[in-house]
Parts: sequence; C-alpha cells; structure tokens
Amino acid sequence: MTDWINVILQGVLVGGLYAMFAAGLSLIFGVMRLVNIAHGDLIVLAAYLALVATQTLGIGPLVSLLIVVPLMAAVGYALQRLILNRTLGEDLLPPLLVTFGLSVIIQNGLLALFTADDRKLQAGAIEVATVRLFEGVYVGLLPLLQFAVAVAVIAALQFVFYRTALGRAFRATADSPEVARLMGLDNRHVFALAMALSLAVVAIAGVFLAIRADFDPSIGPARLIFGFEAVIIGGLGSLWGTFAGGLVLGVAQAIGAHINPGWQILAGHIAFLVILAVRPEGLFAKGRA
Amino acid sequence: MNVHVTFASRSSRAGMALCAVAFVALIAAPAWGGRDDLQLLSEMYCYVALASLWNLLAGYAGLVSVGQQAYVGLGAYILFAFAILAGMPPLAAIALAGIISAAVAVPVSGLVFRLRGHYFAIGTWIVAEVFRLTASQVSVLGGGSGTSLPAALIIAIAPSRQLRDFIEYWVALALVGAVLLLIVLLLRSRYGLALKAIRDSELAATCNGIDVRRTKILVYIVTAGAAAMIGAFIFLQRLRISPDAAFSVNDWTAFVIFITVIGGIGRIEGPIVGTIVFFALRQTLADLGTFYLLMLGAVAIAVMLAAPKGIWGLVVEKLGWQIFPLERRVIADGSTVAGNAAKT
Repeated sequence: MTDWINVILQGVLVGGLYAMFAAGLSLIFGVMRLVNIAHGDLIVLAAYLALVATQTLGIGPLVSLLIVVPLMAAVGYALQRLILNRTLGEDLLPPLLVTFGLSVIIQNGLLALFTADDRKLQAGAIEVATVRLFEGVYVGLLPLLQFAVAVAVIAALQFVFYRTALGRAFRATADSPEVARLMGLDNRHVFALAMALSLAVVAIAGVFLAIRADFDPSIGPARLIFGFEAVIIGGLGSLWGTFAGGLVLGVAQAIGAHINPGWQILAGHIAFLVILAVRPEGLFAKGRA
Repeated sequence: MNVHVTFASRSSRAGMALCAVAFVALIAAPAWGGRDDLQLLSEMYCYVALASLWNLLAGYAGLVSVGQQAYVGLGAYILFAFAILAGMPPLAAIALAGIISAAVAVPVSGLVFRLRGHYFAIGTWIVAEVFRLTASQVSVLGGGSGTSLPAALIIAIAPSRQLRDFIEYWVALALVGAVLLLIVLLLRSRYGLALKAIRDSELAATCNGIDVRRTKILVYIVTAGAAAMIGAFIFLQRLRISPDAAFSVNDWTAFVIFITVIGGIGRIEGPIVGTIVFFALRQTLADLGTFYLLMLGAVAIAVMLAAPKGIWGLVVEKLGWQIFPLERRVIADGSTVAGNAAKT
C-alpha cells in the first residue's frame, strides 16, 4: 500500500515539472496561436545556461535562476521580434517550420559546444534531504520545492493573465489582434512579451530539470511532447487545467514505470491517447474545446 | 466559340519529354553507374518519394504532420517481421507493409484528426513515439537494440551481389515512379480538384459540397501506406533495423520537411528540386558533421522567411514553367482565356 502511495506521490511531484513545461507552451499558444516546436530544446538550452553559470561563477543552481531567467526572457523577446513575428498569419506552416529549424539549430549547436555527454547540476545537500510524511512514505525536499515552485509559477501566470494590464493586453490580442491594434496595442511588442514570459517559465523548468536528472542536447523533443500532452490532457485555455494535466501525466508515467521500467514514457503517451479518444476537449476545459 | 479544358502547356510538354528521357537514362543507370552511384540514387529516390508524400499531405491537404516516421518505421518493421518470422520474400513483404500500414492508419486517423493545425502536428509525432516505444518492447525483433535480416533471405532475392544491387535499384526507381504517378493521377482526378480547393480555402470547399474531412482522411491513409512501402524498402537495403533508426524524427520527417520547403511546397516539382539541393549540400558539407545540420536548419528558416514558395515557386513566378501537366486551362479558339498559373 505505501508502495503505491509512494509511486503516485512521485508521479504528482514530477507532474509539477511537466506542468511548467506545459505552461509556457500553453501561454504562447493562447496568445498567438503558435506552437513552438523548439520549446523542449529551449528548456535544454536553459539547463546548459545554468550549467555554464554555475561552473564559471561558482554559484548554486538555484541562485543561477537569477541569471538564467532574465537571459531566457531576453532571448524570447528577441526571437519573437526578429523571427517569429514574421511567421504569424493564416498559414500554419511557417511558424511550425521555423521553430522546427530552430530546434535542429539549438540541438546541434549544443552538441557542437557541449558534446553528447550527460550533464547534471549539483544542488548540494538539498538533493538528498527528505521529509517524512508518515511511516514508510518519504518525499525529497528538492521534488517538494520543485512542486511548490510549479504551483507558484502557475499562480503567478494566472495573476498576470487576469489581474494586470499586461494580461489584459495578452487576452485582447488573443481574442482579436485587429481590435487590439485599434485600441493602441502594438501586437508585435505584446507577442514578444508573451514569448519572453514563456521562456522565463522555460528557464525555471530547465534549471529544475537539470538538477533532477541527467541531460544532454538530444532530450528536448521529449520535453516538448510531455508539455504538449499535459496541455491537451488538461484542456486548452485553462492554466490550472494544464497544471492538473501535468500531474495526470506524471502519475501515469510513474504507474507505468512501477509496473515495468520500459513502460514509463509509453504509459504517459497512452494516457494521453485515451483522453484524446474519450474526452478530446481535455479534462478541465473551459467551456469550449 | 469552341471551348475545352486541357492540362498540358508548352512547358509541360517539354517537361514531360525531358522526364521521359531522364527516366530511360535512370533505368539504364546500372549500365553507366557504379555501386556507390546506384546507392546514392536509390537513397535520393526514397527522399523524393517521402517528400512528395509529405507535400501531398501538407501542401495540398493542409495536414502538417511531423509524424510520418511512424509509417516509415512501421513499414520497415512489418517487412522485418514477415521476413524473419514467416520467411516471406522481402520484396513481396514491401507490398504487404503498405497494405497493413494503410489499415493501421485508419484507426490512427480517428484519433489524430481530433486535433487541429499545430496540435495535429504534435499529435502525429506522439503516435510515432508510441510506435517506436512499442517496437522496442518486441523482443523477437531485438527489442530496443534491433535486429538484422538473415543472409538466406537476402540471397534468395538474387544469387549474385551485383544482380541484387541492380534489382534493389530498380525497385527504388519503380517505387518513386509509382508514388509520383499516383500523386499526378490523384491531383488530376476530382479528388485533386477537391484537394486544391481545400488548400485554397476550406470554407469555400465545404460550401461547394466537398467532404473536407473525408478527403483529408483518404489522403492521410494513402500517404501512410505509401510511406510504409518506402520505409520497408529503405530498411531492406540497410539490412538492419532498430527502433531509433526506423522511427527517427530527424531522418524521416525533419529532412523531408526541409527538402519540401526548400524545393517548393504545394508543387509536385518542389520535392524533386529540394532533394537535389539537399543531396548536393550533403555531398559537399557532410564532413562538417553537426555544423551541416545547423546550416540546414538555418537555410530552411531563411527560405521560409524570404521565399516561402521555395525554389520551384520562384521558377514558376519568374518563368511560368511547369513540368507536370496538372493545371487545368480553358482553351477557346486555340488560345488560353483563363489559367491560374500562379495558384495551381
């Protein structure tokens, strides 16, 4: 019994990380209908930036967030202003192809700079610290912190979206770009801010990914897929839905892995496909699909 | 006034004549080319075929898939399964791979068609990942590390290595020829007209009585079966299969998309031009390793931003050429009164 409680608990905690992968993806899709194929590779890029920061400055991975988050946000702003804004329009293909190209460039650029070796960020004593919930059930302090950060990130995004002028600009542009422009908003700037915010979340996710497990330049696409699955499982258009989607995915993977280590990822995909088959609008969709 | 509809134009007549000459020269390639030439050409044929199929999907049916590796790998695994477990002759298994994969595509389409646009794209990718992870659980075919075709099956194709090379080359040529012919015939049929209408405006197509969803599913299933046959052939030639190679998103989708976009999406000539450019780049820059892939990504982005219709799109715009007779023209009194060269 405690065995299964542990499995599900681990799944939930990892699910927080998946929710962070998904939140950035969901944000830019909501604002500008853009699916960023390079999303996973940007997560890995953030992990490598944190690696460089910790190694050159001798700081801890959590402190490196102070550098990596603004840096990734700046990358996001520039990327959107210089390249991605030019691909937006009726046609689906240009943004898809351009972000696919970016994905190949980031992967191979990282491969050329850092080789294919496995890397990991060392967070020190916090990595092995555990909290006893009750007899036989322990959780690591780090996964707990990561989960708390995920909750905070979603809450912060929710606040920005529904309680600030920036969020109003996001929602207005999402609903009708033309009317938003008539009201004096500069869409190019609004989109670039959305991408900056998305990559700030990506940066946090990347650093936690890098503390939690080994990473190498090739693991990006799988993170994109996890994030995407969380978005669809949770239902489009709802940030807390996306969060719940991440947890469902995490638990499905944990259960799969517990039955057979080879089934971890497959179990997550199957959970996604089952939900797509029986409830294509997602578990927690807001009204419309 | 005498009015009739024709497909051919002066450039397409010249183009088809040129194609016929090239086709004869390529059939005779074993007489003029070495073993390496034949292998390079076979590989190019496979990419022309895969890119043409992706072009049909994305360029005509508006189905941007990044999961075609699902069917390339499935076809390859079906060939290996029937050859190794049932002792079926590999060449016969290619056809079987096409039929079974098209049948698999029917229920898969039911799932992925629930997603639209970009989400469809990533949904198809997840299906491919499910296939890859499932293949690595099949222990009789080597699980995650893969397996090889037994030598006896290969020798059964033809006794001498040279004759085997020739036969495989001709099979590749026949496959790409069949794929191109299939696409040309499809586009000239009423389904082709429906596809072009869907490409230009789904709403208008629906209003004109086209069953958009059914047409798209049909294209999805046909391309799945054809991609599986190409995949089966590719791995028959490689003699070895593994889940990572068979379901590689880079090899069977990223490159294929780059080829189509660089050559010119939405035009049948595009994938052919794109494949020639892709292989020319590869033959000259492959020594640079990862830098080559970096450049390929950059070239694809640059083409998409600067010339979204690709190389052949520019040729059509500037010179009005078309090699394949696909465009309907209304001829009255011997002169063209209406042709929409820019759009079809």
